[in-house]
Amino acid sequence: MTTSSVSKGCFVFKPASKKQRILSAGDYFHDEDEESASSKLRFETLQSLWQQIKLETDSIQEELNKNILDSLAEFARTSTTFFRSKTDEWTFRMRSSEIPTAALVLGVNVTDHNMTFQNLSELLHQSVTPYVVGLDAKDCPSLKHTVQKVLLQLMGYHLSVEEDEEEPQPKANISGIPKKRIQCSIATLCEWYQTVTKDSNGLSPSKKRKSTLGKFGQNPPIVVIFKDLESFTSKVLQEFIIICSQYIHQLPFIFIFGIATSPATVHRMLPHSVSSHLCIELFQSLSCTKHLATVMDKLILTTSFPFKLNGKTLQVLLSIFLFHDFSVRNFIKGLQLSLMEHFYNQPLSVLCCDKHKASKRAQVLSSEECENVRQLPSFMRYVENQEPDEQVKLLTDDHHLKEVVQQLLKQLHLYHKNYYPVLRCLHILTSSLPKYPLGKQIRELHSMCLERNVWETEEYKSAFQLLRLMAKDELLTGFNKCLEILTYGKGKVINEVQEKLETFVKLFQELDNISLDYKEDDGEDTSPQKGFQQKTDLFHLQKTLLEMKELKKNKKLTKFEMLRLEAIDFIDHIVKKHLLPPEYLALHEVVYYSCSGTLRKHLNAAPRTAIQTALNNPYKYLPNESLQSDGGAISSTAPDICIAYKLHLECGRLINLYDWLEAFGTVVSATEGNDTESPVIDDVKHARFIRAVSELEFVGFVKPTKKKTDHVARLTWGGC
Amino acid sequence: MPDQTPFPTYMKDVLLRLKKQLPCRDNEVSMLLSLFGEPQHYSYPSILIYGHRATGKTFVTQTVLQELKLPHAFVSMVECFTPRLLFQQILSQLSSLYPSLDEEFHCETLNDFIRIFRQLSTSNVLDQQTVYIVIDQAEVLRDMDANLLPGFLRLQELVGGNITVIFLTEIVWEKFRPNTGCLEPILFYFPDYTKAELQQILCKDRHPEFSDDLYATYINILLGVFYAVCRDLCELRHLAALNFSKFCEPLLKGEVRESDTHKLWRSIEPHLRKAMQTVYLREVSSLQWEMMQDTKEETGYLKGLSAYTHVDLPYYSKFLLIAAYLASFNPARTDKRFFLKHHGKMKKVTFLKKHEKTSNHLLGPKPFPLDRLLAIFYSIVDSRVASTANIFSQISSLVTLQLLTLVGHSDQLDSPKYKCTVSMDFICAIARTVNFDIVRYLYDFL
Ligand SMILES: Nc1ncnc2c1ncn2[C@@H]1O[C@H](COP(=O)(O)OP(=O)(O)OP(=O)(O)O)[C@@H](O)[C@H]1O
Ligand SMILES: [Mg+2]
Repeated sequence: MTTSSVSKGCFVFKPASKKQRILSAGDYFHDEDEESASSKLRFETLQSLWQQIKLETDSIQEELNKNILDSLAEFARTSTTFFRSKTDEWTFRMRSSEIPTAALVLGVNVTDHNMTFQNLSELLHQSVTPYVVGLDAKDCPSLKHTVQKVLLQLMGYHLSVEEDEEEPQPKANISGIPKKRIQCSIATLCEWYQTVTKDSNGLSPSKKRKSTLGKFGQNPPIVVIFKDLESFTSKVLQEFIIICSQYIHQLPFIFIFGIATSPATVHRMLPHSVSSHLCIELFQSLSCTKHLATVMDKLILTTSFPFKLNGKTLQVLLSIFLFHDFSVRNFIKGLQLSLMEHFYNQPLSVLCCDKHKASKRAQVLSSEECENVRQLPSFMRYVENQEPDEQVKLLTDDHHLKEVVQQLLKQLHLYHKNYYPVLRCLHILTSSLPKYPLGKQIRELHSMCLERNVWETEEYKSAFQLLRLMAKDELLTGFNKCLEILTYGKGKVINEVQEKLETFVKLFQELDNISLDYKEDDGEDTSPQKGFQQKTDLFHLQKTLLEMKELKKNKKLTKFEMLRLEAIDFIDHIVKKHLLPPEYLALHEVVYYSCSGTLRKHLNAAPRTAIQTALNNPYKYLPNESLQSDGGAISSTAPDICIAYKLHLECGRLINLYDWLEAFGTVVSATEGNDTESPVIDDVKHARFIRAVSELEFVGFVKPTKKKTDHVARLTWGGC
Repeated sequence: MPDQTPFPTYMKDVLLRLKKQLPCRDNEVSMLLSLFGEPQHYSYPSILIYGHRATGKTFVTQTVLQELKLPHAFVSMVECFTPRLLFQQILSQLSSLYPSLDEEFHCETLNDFIRIFRQLSTSNVLDQQTVYIVIDQAEVLRDMDANLLPGFLRLQELVGGNITVIFLTEIVWEKFRPNTGCLEPILFYFPDYTKAELQQILCKDRHPEFSDDLYATYINILLGVFYAVCRDLCELRHLAALNFSKFCEPLLKGEVRESDTHKLWRSIEPHLRKAMQTVYLREVSSLQWEMMQDTKEETGYLKGLSAYTHVDLPYYSKFLLIAAYLASFNPARTDKRFFLKHHGKMKKVTFLKKHEKTSNHLLGPKPFPLDRLLAIFYSIVDSRVASTANIFSQISSLVTLQLLTLVGHSDQLDSPKYKCTVSMDFICAIARTVNFDIVRYLYDFL
């Protein structure tokens, strides 16, 4: 009974690293060691990089949202003028006056929306109306709260709903509204709106409002934004809409519904009698995957940003995005975390900055840092490949080392400079292939290249097989697009590649003219190609491939085919040359962050696993020597709950409480050294046992059952 | 009740004007008048007027009270979400009648309200005229403090003054009656308008530039299409306004003469049918509809709101939703068969003996505990997934997106229960995106 295997749980994560501190300020960087100069520098670099990320992401967000926000503002502007201008027309007198409503579909990444709404309300504030209200569902559990929220945001001071509510009524002395008890109702709002708009129209020059209202015309609309429509209770929403529709003639409301799922939700939440008060127009924002693609483009697939993620860490961030939350904001937060971790844990991250700064900093490396460099695995590998006397020099001469480090850093920069354009070219050529062997998105290709030598993968081979069969015009458009990208790239290598591609394009075009003369010669091989283009499923494709191979054996290659082969071989060549995984490069540790485990632990926490680890191996959290587990035996010194937990692992679905108690008693009394056959279970032990069991129940490993008396049930997910 | 009671106190012309303003409601108006009696007489303490939407309850009551210049207060209950608001609305509307009413009245409870009212009625400014308090959307009262409805029903008695309370509602009295008993109001039903009556009322707001006959023809066609689905006067009026320009189009172009009703009908009828499926259902907004008419895009297909059902979810959320759907629509005892690798070849015949013949899809989703959801989730998702906090937060975000609902008390910590609220079509579309053949896992489709 007393011996049992401990390792029944499954361990997903390696033991955490020792440092678990989360940095909050530069102080954390400094008080570490004496080398405060370098840590200060690291902290500053970190800060400036983060600032760069922030600026970049903000501008991306702004740019992406620009279209949709502008059209929303336009909607708000036109719908008010539209409804007002025609009030004397017959149609407008007869039709029911609906509230103009924009259904804004934003996608399920709710955490990203706040930013959008903030931009939206700023924009509306600037160009349409001073009266913008944003409502969060969590603030509006009832109609009363909703109305209160609206009044509060519009009229700008607090109103208590019930007179004797907790807080003392603040004096309503702002903006000269008479100190009268304010009722929290739309009628109050109506009065207020009339006074405010009349003030601005009439002759009261002393009012500050006047100037602000002036540019918005006579009756600026009141825009109410429901940020998360799905979370509102439909009753509140319905009643609010009905009330507003009763006042629509006095108060020009405009609603904006922030919808996370689909526009059909509006009809699911609102019955016809309510939705008939709305005039709903649909606005669809950009999908979050597109947003991510832009962020990746600007922050990760670029040389302008020295910090890099290695394959595993990027995979962690991407999988959280794709599998769990679709949130670009969280992705950026993850990036920020890796940035911080990198600069905090990697002393050599001082060198993670742009080329010139890096070589300057490399010149002034301290001897300690030089030692750090020597200990980098990638640098050690580099040293091993050198001549013996060079090796000695590298390991002993700091000055020489610094020279070499500068050189290596330059190489690293050069590598990146070539890597991204080539990656993009490869992506362009392969992203239109059937079945996307190298991925549809560039991020997939990028992670592939980071992980291993792409050209050794099956996917790459099949992709190139397909490329070698591509029709001419497709190939040409692909090459032309590549050329476009390469023009942005700078440097000798890229220019060479560009020239080479240009000659290929030229040759292809010349071929065009020739092949016009020899049409009959070409006719035969274009027909299987056309067939190939239509095919989408892989099986057929492979069959055609085989057939064509057969054909080729018999037939001599046409000029086009030769050229195509040559071109594709060239692409293959540059891929092999430039898309090397960064791990092969010396000093890659300086810019690449690689602790995917830490990142995952922080971003994708597994509470269940943590509890199980704690119960199985309390030493991990309670560093007490006596708790160090010795070969799976249940230590009697462990906390009671651990003992109870380990004992319960041996039981079936139902656990007899008395047996459990006995076993518990045996284990516990082992400490006292008296190994009598039947351990005495005194009151204290009994109480300890009861407490341990109820704690286990609380964390969800057992639960009381009615199936059998004196038994508890193990839970399914307890063992997971 | 005498049918043609001459109401001596009211001037003839007032009655005539009422009749003109309220066509097709003669019976109701005269009934109201006879219930009201003479201004100084006590009327019945409470009257409950009920009838469907847009049968003119509000309109008739308000018009009658205004035309006869009877002292009254008119409150709409949806606005008054606290009793205090209700009392203050009533009092502030009456304050013009009672100069003695202090602006700064304090009125929190029904008690205060009655006390204030008592003081007012002793002041005797109105020569004991009946004061009417109209409470529109009175059904809201049922959800408010329990003493409000009975209190208002016998307000006359409580105040001891000449007061009548009129309730307007769409709900029958049986659904109101508190189980503690109360004073029964006089019930008064406003019947739906018949097709002919609708025609008559709608014809009243003719377009000024067109003849009566033409407009009547138009309304006739309109009712022919819409009467089967909609008898709501406001809605019909709205639809009439939206489509009239289209109706006039051939006339203005000179293609059709006014008298050629058949041709007019032929040109507008398909258009109205289309309107029934789009604007009427608010699938397409009225502005878009008009825009479409203006641009004359005959075939311009406008996608309705409900046509956009696609929801893009994170990968695991899709599987969680699928698992929830399976848990909602499969009986729990069949889980073994679907999700265990070696379910021991349960005899299909015995297994399929569905003692409940009805399809689970007809019965709707059933609640399931979190454990079951996770068990199914882990068995259908193909890769090994750690049970991380993210998975749990995904479940709760599915709840906020209203794709799942939490059943029972939300404060249940240990075993919350959920229901999956998405439709079969929706889940099939989701399952297709992750290459999961959901139909194979559904008990109903075995
Ligand atoms: N007899 C009538 N003559 C003219 N117009 C009418 C008549 N009856 C109703 N209406 C019109 O129909 C509209 C709706 O009527 P009203 O608001 O009185 O309906 P209701 O019964 O109170 O509906 P609800 O139950 O939704 O409050 C009014 O704006 C009014 O103009
Ligand atoms: Mg009404």
